[in-house]
Amino acid sequence: MDIREEFPMLVNNKDLIYFDNGATTFKPKLVIDSIKDYYENYTSNAHRGDYNISLKTDMKYEGTRKKVKDFINASKPEEIIFTSGTTEGLNMLIQGFFKNYLNKDDEILLTKSEHASNLLPWFRLCEEIGCKIVYIDLDKDLKVTLDNVKKKVNSKTKVISLAHITNVVGDIRPIKEIASYAHENNILVVVDAAQSVPHIKVDVQDLDCDFLVFSGHKMCGPTGVGVLYGKYELLDKLKPYNLGGGMNASFSPEGNIELKSLPQRLEAGTPNIEGVIGLGAAIDYLSLLDMDKVHEYEVKLKEYLVKRLKENDKIIIYNENSESGILAFNVKDVFSQDTAIYLNDYNICVRAGSHCAKILKEELDIKNTCRISLYFYNTKEEIDKLVSVLKNTDMLYNQILL
Amino acid sequence: MDANLKRSLLIDNFQNPQNKGLIDDESYIKINTNNESCIDELDFMIKIEDDIIKDIRFDGEACAISTSTASVMIKTLIGKTVKEALTIISNYENMIDEKAYDKDILGEAIIYDEIYKQPNRKKCALLPWNGIKEILEKYI
Repeated sequence: MDIREEFPMLVNNKDLIYFDNGATTFKPKLVIDSIKDYYENYTSNAHRGDYNISLKTDMKYEGTRKKVKDFINASKPEEIIFTSGTTEGLNMLIQGFFKNYLNKDDEILLTKSEHASNLLPWFRLCEEIGCKIVYIDLDKDLKVTLDNVKKKVNSKTKVISLAHITNVVGDIRPIKEIASYAHENNILVVVDAAQSVPHIKVDVQDLDCDFLVFSGHKMCGPTGVGVLYGKYELLDKLKPYNLGGGMNASFSPEGNIELKSLPQRLEAGTPNIEGVIGLGAAIDYLSLLDMDKVHEYEVKLKEYLVKRLKENDKIIIYNENSESGILAFNVKDVFSQDTAIYLNDYNICVRAGSHCAKILKEELDIKNTCRISLYFYNTKEEIDKLVSVLKNTDMLYNQILL
Repeated sequence: MDANLKRSLLIDNFQNPQNKGLIDDESYIKINTNNESCIDELDFMIKIEDDIIKDIRFDGEACAISTSTASVMIKTLIGKTVKEALTIISNYENMIDEKAYDKDILGEAIIYDEIYKQPNRKKCALLPWNGIKEILEKYI
């Protein structure tokens, strides 16, 4: 069966060309059905009931934890914590772990192409405890190299926090090499995998990162669910921000609280059960597709996109050499948002703006771009349509007013 | 107004905007405007003397609608009293919001009279006017 037939969004919107998969992805029918099934056939809370439907919920919920563990090759299911998404994962980690772990004047290595959620929580931490942010220089292709990391490491460096794949440039960072060097120097490594887990095979033991976070909705799953992975000994030191039901082992009227062990300790309250069940279905779906094949297809599609866009000398491409399905471009002398709105007239969805990486402009020397982010359900035919529509950009400003 | 004429006026104002580029002059009041729902970001500076708008200048990066309407606004408001300017601005806002308005006082700004058909561009069309309105309301 054609993959596109499995996505109701594609079936119900035959003319729609969706190139904004870095923002969110469409859901295959089996993900939607898994959520519907939970609400129609076994609605109940997790971790509580002594009755069948609750046991089923429990099985599905904890089943997803095992699926995630296998999908990213963690050592044990207890290393997988469900969050509301990448943003919450990073905030939990920075406030619950690094606030205690770091001292005044300790240094955090970041880059200027990080997403806001891997910058702002660190900014606040610096304000609170007096640690310091140091930016790793990007090379001419806006990539991170181990050499440039080494240049910024000193005895005060305690953590390196990087996107695995950046959401504007789409470069894949050499996390494994960086982690190996970092650990020799007692530096922890945090990976924002929001744009990598949906698109490439990620193996946390092979990367040897200490923490890794990602979101469900960017990988065919529902919104409002994500994952925080941490090596057990480290994750065990993360202080829960939320206290309440499901995470305490016992408590007394005097206020003595004994907390449960991982992972329950970090998942207070009724969790996002439908989200976790949907994420489980999404992982089943992606596992069947095979992540290596997904990546291979996206890289080929991106190469085709670059080749076709280059036929048009009005198109400026900013990241031709990145190895993922993300392409940043502009039409000469046209504001990126005007291009996006012009493309919308042809039912083509692209994102215009700074893509939540507002300080990258210092490196790119251009503030705003249009971004195309491909997924495995995109096709060459869709790219051909985009290319032909962009050929008429002389018309672009004629179409702005009705 | 004929649609082609509207288009060519818009494009002309976008490509050759009036008073683009800020100057170093302490006698101007400055304001930054940005659109939360998109990426337009424009800076304005305005000089008011004896209750009359002597000059408005702007700079920044924004879409064709925002940039062109900034230019049109500048042409329309220079030389007006603060009160006259506020009346024009409120008429312009009414036009964008599909309320009753007096088109005779809007000058070239009338070219945006059909922007309401593209709801996602309304904010672009209002951005420069809102910024200047904020300054003028404080001035009064």
